[in-house]
Amino acid sequence: MITIKNLHANVAGNGILRGIDLEVKKGEVHAIMGPNGSGKSTLANVLAGHEAYEVTGGEVLLEGKDLLDMAPEDRAREGVFLAFQYPVEIPGISNATFLKTALNEIRKCRGEEEISAKEFLQLVRKEMDKLGMDEKMLSRSVNAGFSGGEKKRNEILQLAVLNPKLALLDETDSGLDIDALKIVSEGVNNFKNKDNAVILVTHYQRLLNYIVPDFVHVLYKGRIIKSGGKELALELEEKGYDWLIKEDEAVGV
Amino acid sequence: MNKIPENTELKKWYSDQFDSFENKLNGGADTYFHQIRKKAISRFGEIDFPHQKNEDWKYTNISPVLKYNFKPASVLSETKIEDSLIENAFISEVECCSFVFVNGRLHSSKTNFPEGVTAGSLSEIMKKNPELVKQHIASLSENDNSFSALNAAFSEDGFVLLIDKNIQLEKPIQVLFLTGSDTENLLAAPRNLIVAGKNSSAEIIFNYRGFGSKVYLNSSVTEVFADDASNITLYNLQEENDDSFHIEKLQAHQTASSNFTHFSFTLGGKIIRNDINTKLSGENSASHLWGLYLGKNEQLIDHHTFIDHSVPHCESNELFKGILDDNSRGVFNGKILVQKDAQKTNAFQSNKAVLLNKNAKIDTKPQLEIYADDVKCTHGAAIGRLDDTAYFYIRSRGIPADVAKSMQIRAFATDVVEKIEIDELKEIINHKIFEHLRRVEVVNE
Ligand SMILES: Nc1ncnc2c1ncn2[C@@H]1O[C@H](COP(=O)(O)OP(=O)(O)OP(=O)(O)O)[C@@H](O)[C@H]1O
Ligand SMILES: [Mg+2]
Repeated sequence: MITIKNLHANVAGNGILRGIDLEVKKGEVHAIMGPNGSGKSTLANVLAGHEAYEVTGGEVLLEGKDLLDMAPEDRAREGVFLAFQYPVEIPGISNATFLKTALNEIRKCRGEEEISAKEFLQLVRKEMDKLGMDEKMLSRSVNAGFSGGEKKRNEILQLAVLNPKLALLDETDSGLDIDALKIVSEGVNNFKNKDNAVILVTHYQRLLNYIVPDFVHVLYKGRIIKSGGKELALELEEKGYDWLIKEDEAVGV
Repeated sequence: MNKIPENTELKKWYSDQFDSFENKLNGGADTYFHQIRKKAISRFGEIDFPHQKNEDWKYTNISPVLKYNFKPASVLSETKIEDSLIENAFISEVECCSFVFVNGRLHSSKTNFPEGVTAGSLSEIMKKNPELVKQHIASLSENDNSFSALNAAFSEDGFVLLIDKNIQLEKPIQVLFLTGSDTENLLAAPRNLIVAGKNSSAEIIFNYRGFGSKVYLNSSVTEVFADDASNITLYNLQEENDDSFHIEKLQAHQTASSNFTHFSFTLGGKIIRNDINTKLSGENSASHLWGLYLGKNEQLIDHHTFIDHSVPHCESNELFKGILDDNSRGVFNGKILVQKDAQKTNAFQSNKAVLLNKNAKIDTKPQLEIYADDVKCTHGAAIGRLDDTAYFYIRSRGIPADVAKSMQIRAFATDVVEKIEIDELKEIINHKIFEHLRRVEVVNE
């Protein structure tokens, strides 16, 4: 699905990503963990095309297509979706308007017709219901005044409705209560199928009990310093990052 | 240091125009209304046009206005106008009683008022029953600058609304002011008066629109008297021609427990200067001044507000938002005076602007004079660009860049637009935002 080769990126002149290699195949779930400030959100933002991040080297291919040359909206239309760590509030634009505009842009790109108002409502209601969201949320402004947990659910609603190929979930579990964590995880599991892929950034093993990853990677200072199976997350939960960091520094870079 | 220009020839032009106006008035020249005009023209002769050396005009260079010898519309005969012009400018979506003024004169009206309401043309009232408005017209705000003096000197008509006590007008009133000409550079000088009796209420929409090919100056003065427990909302929509000028003064006088809400929506016009003043002289009264101004090209949009708290327990709220594109400029100066006796005053003021272009500019200044000690006054200004993270967020959902910008613009304007209490008007303003700024429109589902 996505191939990342030796990716380097700067923010405000500082090298934040310093050579990332990652291959995610269809049907896979990859978890990215790592200490605060290690570059996890940066990676997600670079993949989704945030212009504040300057790519200084490397290559990213989505099903063989070069992503790095594309504007964020084109990446979305090609099937990339980023659930934000801090979803943005857009007062004055209703959730319904926002979601329908996005969906129609993506459909247009896929050569599909605009969705009718009726179909759209059916689709959104169904997904909202699954996520335990009140229908009133549709007429409210995007994320404006939403609680932290409501914002995260709203991101997953967008994921479900837009149905991308590659979902990047940046700490979607943070700020959720235990019930919400379950619901949101179910949302992600419902989305997941053999033809798409998920990269999820998290600090907590807990989420990985619900969304079971095929691989776990540890990001540190802009590089993946360790990869493993789902048991790596358990090990991290127990031992923290220190042992890995020491190992990494012993190898020397 | 260069001297303040005297503009001797221009002043002579206007004083000659006044002579022709007087000739034309034959008969009407001994009324009290005319005495006011005479005082105004003599005041006009004594003072200089505002200059950037005056603190109040520091950021607004009006020399482009002084390049023209504007012909007062009151000297000319009535302007003929096509009905289609009126139809196009009229806000037909809002069900209302309505008045159309062309170049400051009443042209037509559609009314259906309950007893106890006098609404219509100042000049009609002056002919039929001048005593009805004498007290208010005579106390009209002083001619503090050349433009308000010109307005007073050349005014012969304007919109008048007098509401008796305890009358609540259910439907809004729309007053369309069409200004312009294909043959003359005109000065229009509407003089409007709203007097709300005790416990009365009304919503009024002033809709200023331009027509014709000639540059004009619309110098307008509106006075509002809000008696005890009255509730007046005035929506002021300004869409003058792109090459023309609008200089306006609004003065509200409020007594106990009255509510006055004023919206300025400023779109068209080359130089627009709005002075919006309220005087709170009865306890528990409140003023709400909301503003949305949109600049493009070389537009200059200047808002000066002045809230005078003279008694205790009053409240004032001001929120002004500017969206400035191209080389446009904005000015916001918000003065709040809290007099010595005005304890427990609550005054809030905020001016925010986004600059859509690196050449756009805004000067903003709060001016607080507080002589009471137990008051709450907050003021703030924020100037910036549209937020990059929001822009990215929207686009990351597949939404094109231009639509994303429009969504951000709508988001920025929304807290002013949401205060509009007439739903149809909300949609119209949203539409006009995008139309004026030449952006793709975003309409909510
Ligand atoms: N726009 C920015 N301007 C300046 N520095 C930035 C910017 N974005 C990220 N950084 C810096 O890049 C580094 C990596 O940040 P990033 O947000 O990717 O970390 P993270 O791994 O997601 O951390 P967390 O677990 O706390 O979310 C940090 O040092 C951060 O301060
Ligand atoms: Mg992060």
